[in-house]
Amino acid sequence: MRTRLISTGSEWTFDLIGEYERAIAGVAADFRLDTYPNQIEIVSAEQMMDAYSSVGMPVGYSHWSYGKEFVSVEQRYRRGEMGLAYEIVINSNPCIAYLMEENTLPMQALVIAHASFGHNSFFKGNYLFRTWTAADSIIDYLLFARDYVRDCEQRHGEEAVEAVLDSCHALRHYGVDRCKRPAPLSPLQEQARQRQREAQQQAAVNELWRTLPQRDATPDQAPAAVFPEEPQENLLYFIEKHAPLLAPWQRELVRIVRKLAQYFHPQRQTQIMNEGWATFWHYTLLNRLYDEGRVDDAFMLEFLTSHTNVIAQPGFDHPRYGGINPYALGFAMMRDIQRICEAPTAEDRAWFPDLAGADWVASLDFAMRNYKDESFIAQYLSPRLMRDMRLFSILDDDRQDEYEVAAIHEDSGYRRLRAALAAQYDLAVREPAIEVWRVDRTGDRSLTLRHRQRARRPLAPASADALRHVARLWGFPVRIESVSPEGSVESVLEAQPLH
Amino acid sequence: MIVDRRLNGRHRNAVNRARFVRRYKDQLRRAVAEAVGRRSITDLDRGERVDIQRKDIVEPYFHHGPGGEREAVHPGNKEFSAGDRLPKPQGGAGGGGSQASQDGEGEDDFVFVLSREEFLEIFFEDLALPDLVKKRLATIPSTRSVRAGYTQTGVPTNVNIIRSLKSAAARRRALQAPRRGELARAEESFCALEAAGSPPEAVREAEREVERLRRRLQRVPFLDTIDLRYNNRVQRPQPTTQAVMFCLLDVSGSMDESRKDIAKRFFALLYLFLSRAYDRIELVFIRHHTQAAEVTEDEFFSARDTGGTIVSSALSLMDQIIRERYPGNDWNLYGAQASDGDNWLDDSPRCAGLLRESLLPRLQYFAYVQVAALDEQGLWREYAKLAAERPHLAMRKIASAADIYPVFRALFARQPTCAPA
Repeated sequence: MRTRLISTGSEWTFDLIGEYERAIAGVAADFRLDTYPNQIEIVSAEQMMDAYSSVGMPVGYSHWSYGKEFVSVEQRYRRGEMGLAYEIVINSNPCIAYLMEENTLPMQALVIAHASFGHNSFFKGNYLFRTWTAADSIIDYLLFARDYVRDCEQRHGEEAVEAVLDSCHALRHYGVDRCKRPAPLSPLQEQARQRQREAQQQAAVNELWRTLPQRDATPDQAPAAVFPEEPQENLLYFIEKHAPLLAPWQRELVRIVRKLAQYFHPQRQTQIMNEGWATFWHYTLLNRLYDEGRVDDAFMLEFLTSHTNVIAQPGFDHPRYGGINPYALGFAMMRDIQRICEAPTAEDRAWFPDLAGADWVASLDFAMRNYKDESFIAQYLSPRLMRDMRLFSILDDDRQDEYEVAAIHEDSGYRRLRAALAAQYDLAVREPAIEVWRVDRTGDRSLTLRHRQRARRPLAPASADALRHVARLWGFPVRIESVSPEGSVESVLEAQPLH
Repeated sequence: MIVDRRLNGRHRNAVNRARFVRRYKDQLRRAVAEAVGRRSITDLDRGERVDIQRKDIVEPYFHHGPGGEREAVHPGNKEFSAGDRLPKPQGGAGGGGSQASQDGEGEDDFVFVLSREEFLEIFFEDLALPDLVKKRLATIPSTRSVRAGYTQTGVPTNVNIIRSLKSAAARRRALQAPRRGELARAEESFCALEAAGSPPEAVREAEREVERLRRRLQRVPFLDTIDLRYNNRVQRPQPTTQAVMFCLLDVSGSMDESRKDIAKRFFALLYLFLSRAYDRIELVFIRHHTQAAEVTEDEFFSARDTGGTIVSSALSLMDQIIRERYPGNDWNLYGAQASDGDNWLDDSPRCAGLLRESLLPRLQYFAYVQVAALDEQGLWREYAKLAAERPHLAMRKIASAADIYPVFRALFARQPTCAPA
């Protein structure tokens, strides 16, 4: 029998990496994985730490916080407290994946399957990434941002730039549109916008006109009662557009942080799915290679060791328990969907009538494209998996002296458990819901934010620090009101801008 | 597409690290000051671990505080059933559901290790060193080129003639060897043919063959470019010699902690300067009031005596130590003296005499600092007279750390490595 092995041994070469990429691409095509073109980059451990601390971006503007991150990553790595991730992958077109030079050949193959095909196809397919990120232009935008920030530093001083960036970073999770979707502009809107810009410029030019007495001023025409008319969810956008005292370059910095926050927002919403999907595919693709006789037993043993480590899920009472492992949950759910399609039980047929017996590749693809963590769990977490993982939910109510076991993996608990787990991955639940409520345009120009409490959860006292950053950007007093679900203001924090 | 990125940009984050250092300069400065006080003089020349409190470094953001209702799902249920009630752990997290602390305020300090360069940078900061000097102190000493055999490439001035001719001879021998055999045979057959009286054509043919072989042999060049050998030189770190640094400190009652601290910085700086120039430096600590004694570094800076001051006691002890332990020209001797200027009146001329007669001729450099006490006393006047005639005696009154450096200005102008031994 002729051997079809791609390699034996664990030393990698560029040729072998290329061959593995082609082999995996061939198998991936069988499963109809749709990916951006791949760009695989070999980096050293130090460069990996570099990439780590600049949130994985290949280029980025300079900021002390990245230095801090680098120092702490480096030190933990040196002390052996953490291993580095085997890969970092960037949602760009072509899709850039970093491979560490220290990895063995089977690890490189695993990483290629995981990142260059798993994550890559997720970036290309998932609706959040399609809607919110522009993979074609992100590298260009990062370059622009880096150069713009550098330019500002030269003109206005490093400290001034740093102050604005600090404040923006404090608000970056509130620099994203959560509800609104970007709608393509119609020609009509485009025209309206253009006219508006023109009028604005005109108004700026004709400053003198304002000094003329208005002939038929109508004194009873009071200024608009409230501003903004509707609460605004995107704090940074609101600040960029409406903060009274910011200079144009400062607004542009706000915009850069906001744009980047928006770019990363889908990744924060699809942790389980993204990792689950990538893990599922490296498992499936490499197993297929093994079945075809293209990798040997030694390769599979090393691969399975790593794979098992990645998807390890210690129980809640285990010393190393640190919450639910997104790789484990995601992988288990993806495998579970495959199982339900291929070998449904009666229970599965009752819970997932559409999945049972369907084509698993198409079903998984549909799930990948159209869900985020929260909705994915709400839709696909099966009773069988809840039993397998022995999930249970604990209710911590500060009015009670004891914790309550709210639901466990049993008939009466499945739905509650599933909803609770889904909520756990809902950013709107995890993070305080804060929106722009009022601007006192005629008085002291103060800005009022509102925190809509959910389940009576208050803001942390340390939020006062974040509020000071809002005040720095806004330039006038800022307050935040915590509002109970019934609509009464529970607490108010205030901050004054520093001058 | 596969790209090898290992070669470019190793320190992409260096600028971010520098920003981070700048931002926490105050904490770092404090840590460096503490370290300088804690460390030995010989030990300043390395990095330092700095702990920065987490709360100073955390980047704030809006998040939930404790309270309200929260529900969390965990894996690995063993015996719980719905409706069970469990006691809440008292006093903070722990127990069953280890919930990550939401407020991000851990107790651990953020540990940061200053590199040697960063440490020295901050140490030098309030010493007001010129940048050039800082750079020289922070860099590793220069190299010297030394012979290291021969190479086949080089510049014409480095050609080694003997080696080149040797290899030319070897090449000629090697290239000519087979032809020489042929030539010998051809000559033999020519002679044989001639002797046998063969037909003239055959003889001429043989003669032509001999000619041809001779010409071929001549065509092997006498000297070819591949024969050339050049003297090879490589850069080696400059071999430096040994030095002794004498630290003389007045420990009479008037020297308080702040004066001692300035003195310590003065000694430390001299040590750093010298450590650039010499591989090995021995430190001799001599403290004195009315009597001088050689002590360890710890005692040198910690102990404090009272009483009067006789400076010459220290100088003569120094002289004695030099005679006993560092005779001859094997050692570069440096002296550094810190005092508040008090001295018994009739002792100052003795000091100047000792310096002039026995010490200064043997010393590379002697630096005297008068800590505080801005009035000029006997010792100062005597030294000033001496300094006018001996340029390697430097003296300075020092009120703050920033005044220390000028003392060394002359030392730098003179480049200690080139100084006569």
